Amino acid sequence: MVDGLRAYALITGMWVRSTLAYRASFAMTVVANFAVTALDFVAIMIMFGHVDALGGFAMAEVAFLYGTTSAAFGLADLLLGSMNGVGQRVRDGTLDVLLVRPVPVFLQVAADRFALRRLGRVSQALLVLGWSLVQLDAASWSAGQWLMVPMMVLSGTAIYGALYAGGAAFQFWAQDAAEVQNSFTYGGNTLLQYPPTVFGAELVRGVTFVVPLAFVNWVPALRVLGRDDPLGLPGWVDFASPAVALVCCAGAGLAWRAGLRGYRSTGS
Amino acid sequence: MHAVRLSLTVAGHSFRRYATYRVATLAGVFTNTVFGFILAYTFVALWHERPQLGGYTPEQALTFVWIGQALLATVALMGGGVEEELHGRVRSGDVGIDLHRPADLQVWWLSADLGRAAFHLLGRGIVPLAVGALGFPLALPALPLPWLLFLVSVALGVVVGFAIRYLVALSAFWLLDGVGVRALSGLLGVFFSGMLLPLTLFPGVFGEVVRWLPWAAMLQVPADVLLGVHRGGDTLAALAFQAGWALALLALGRAVQRLAVRKVVVQGG
Amino acid sequence: MPDFIELDRLEKVFTVRRRAGRLRRERREVRAVDGISCTVARGEMVGYIGPNGAGKSTTVKMLTGILTPSGGRLRVAGIDPATDRTRLARRMGVVFGQRTTLWWDLPLRDSYALMRRLYRIEPARYRVNLERCVDLLDLGALLDVPVRQLSLGQRMRGDIAAALLHDPEVLYLDEPTIGLDVVSKAKVRGFLRDVNAERGTTVLLTTHDLTDVEQLCDRVVVIDRGRLVYDGGLAGLRAAGGGERTLVVDLAREAPPVEVPGARFVRSEGPRQWLALPAGASAAPVVAALAARYPLADLSVREPDIEEVIARVYASGGVPAPTAAPR
Repeated sequence: MVDGLRAYALITGMWVRSTLAYRASFAMTVVANFAVTALDFVAIMIMFGHVDALGGFAMAEVAFLYGTTSAAFGLADLLLGSMNGVGQRVRDGTLDVLLVRPVPVFLQVAADRFALRRLGRVSQALLVLGWSLVQLDAASWSAGQWLMVPMMVLSGTAIYGALYAGGAAFQFWAQDAAEVQNSFTYGGNTLLQYPPTVFGAELVRGVTFVVPLAFVNWVPALRVLGRDDPLGLPGWVDFASPAVALVCCAGAGLAWRAGLRGYRSTGS
Repeated sequence: MHAVRLSLTVAGHSFRRYATYRVATLAGVFTNTVFGFILAYTFVALWHERPQLGGYTPEQALTFVWIGQALLATVALMGGGVEEELHGRVRSGDVGIDLHRPADLQVWWLSADLGRAAFHLLGRGIVPLAVGALGFPLALPALPLPWLLFLVSVALGVVVGFAIRYLVALSAFWLLDGVGVRALSGLLGVFFSGMLLPLTLFPGVFGEVVRWLPWAAMLQVPADVLLGVHRGGDTLAALAFQAGWALALLALGRAVQRLAVRKVVVQGG
Repeated sequence: MPDFIELDRLEKVFTVRRRAGRLRRERREVRAVDGISCTVARGEMVGYIGPNGAGKSTTVKMLTGILTPSGGRLRVAGIDPATDRTRLARRMGVVFGQRTTLWWDLPLRDSYALMRRLYRIEPARYRVNLERCVDLLDLGALLDVPVRQLSLGQRMRGDIAAALLHDPEVLYLDEPTIGLDVVSKAKVRGFLRDVNAERGTTVLLTTHDLTDVEQLCDRVVVIDRGRLVYDGGLAGLRAAGGGERTLVVDLAREAPPVEVPGARFVRSEGPRQWLALPAGASAAPVVAALAARYPLADLSVREPDIEEVIARVYASGGVPAPTAAPR
């Protein structure tokens, strides 16, 4: 594991160095990335130019949801986003090259083509989150409320990361199915930018119990914002995000191992 | 005549090639459907507050969402198709070979992209639209004429989309982070085409400008044509708007291509 | 001393699903490697050959730990590759002819620097090894060139160097000279000979190019349809294949088919004639007889074409492998 993390750091470091060799080009792409990932927040602002509340939530509250989920998603995308390419590697056989190196394949795949420009989304999300905290008068919040914010972002990063890893594992069987992963990662991020009250109860139940995206922000955020939980779950569930994240990561780890084992026995 | 036949062959080949990616097609349909549901719910909430927002009825707004999902792959809003391939060939230097083919590079790739789009319209367009129609009340026309006009408009939208992606792919001749440029172009396409929100909701001068940008030709215009927003001559004007952008961007693509060829000739790739 | 590589009734069975008709799918078992047993001693240089789909790469993938065998036993340096893949990885080098381990967008030098750290190669040893590779494979001018700008031959040389920086005990080469020009081929072969001779690196080479085998390997293992059909020296393979040597005779002028004892006329083209000699027979008496009877301008002897020999071995369903391996 330590070996693997060291390898991850080495490989990402290599990519970072190669991008930084062209500083101007890099700065441009980060800025552009920052601006362009902000466009989906601009869409939300336009919506609120026409209405005062969406599903009963005000602009600042939606911004809070947006900021928490996008920061978590952005971090997961930065750290593990490259795993989306594993299907391609299986197809063209280049995964074999990684398998003969003395470091775990998982982290080699994760570090592949590490793109620092993805920081653009993270910083944009944190900016929106900061703005929402000001608007929501977070200065008057309790320490508990404050603590829940980093908890959401970190647990959310782990949950999205698990989805990336699980999706990558799925590609061992269906190499062309990279896009299914987008439904859960990008789709999940889009979903969680809006309040749960906008969606049908089945959908909310689905992303709570089946694909536990709701624990990225909905469940804990409703507590922070002092809102009622549409599913009426017991109160302690609001603090369950780290545990849920842990379970997700364990599940993804098992899926990855199974996928790799399958690949090594079929060599598809 | 020979050129036309060649283009048809290239397009047909491309259509069949995309048709072999069965799993990818299924995965795409799944993703489009998931996004369709997410967006449809937010639109329901939005139009619930303001029933005539942007000049659309709630049914029209929902239809807009599902047309968007149906066309996402066809007009390749988020990039892909020839963009990825051509970009790869530029990076690997294989484009040098392409440049020496007797066929025109741009026409070749346009034909391939039209073949791809035709497949995506059938393979990735019909199912999401049908699922949307089952799940939500949609305002789809019952007469054939709007559908025919819609197809024309989609075809023009595909050409505009191609012309943009062609430019993006050619940028790999000069820019180092080609993947980053493609990602940016995809996000711009999603926002300025009306994919996230119909462009008629965009406020003031910003809205005016956005509605005149080429991305509008990729989704906003085809959707409005199908929804019957335009009356009579306005529809023709809308199609002319698309055709205008298509020609302008293709011409720009040719100019950039000429520069790229010169670069290849001078630097040997 | 136990053998370095041991294959004991090694098997790999794939289940292939095929579309049969519109919906029905057919499942079929493919025995890619079907009970191969052989051993390779430390420091040997072995050519592993066979037609496409014979199971060559599947074997190499099992040897390197990429694939898990479905049956039989496999040990490399006493390690089971399937269960101890990463431990073995430090002790082996692999070159896949078609897939590079190098970083496409970065200069060659950066890939090597990363290898040094991934394999934890001591700086002093790394410097020596890199210098040697750069020197022998002629990489000096290429170190600062991004890999994507290298030609196929340059990249292959770069890949071979990358596989040897950590002093592997065994080197697997999958089609190392495919697509290379003559000069690059010669360079690569010379380098491999040196590595094997100086470092005692065990080398296993799968290839289509039999010149590789002829110039590098004392021993050939031939497989076909997952089974071992020959294991032994090149000369033995020629004899086993029953190939004929060819005598190419250039006469001073055009003439009817020559007749000499011990040789058979094959064809003629102007003053040039082709004669066949049985494999293993000496050419000297035939040449002497020819010179005595005909005005000779030139003359050469061609060994039986090894591809032809192998084709014949396949066709005959294999030959009993000589029990005594060379060396």
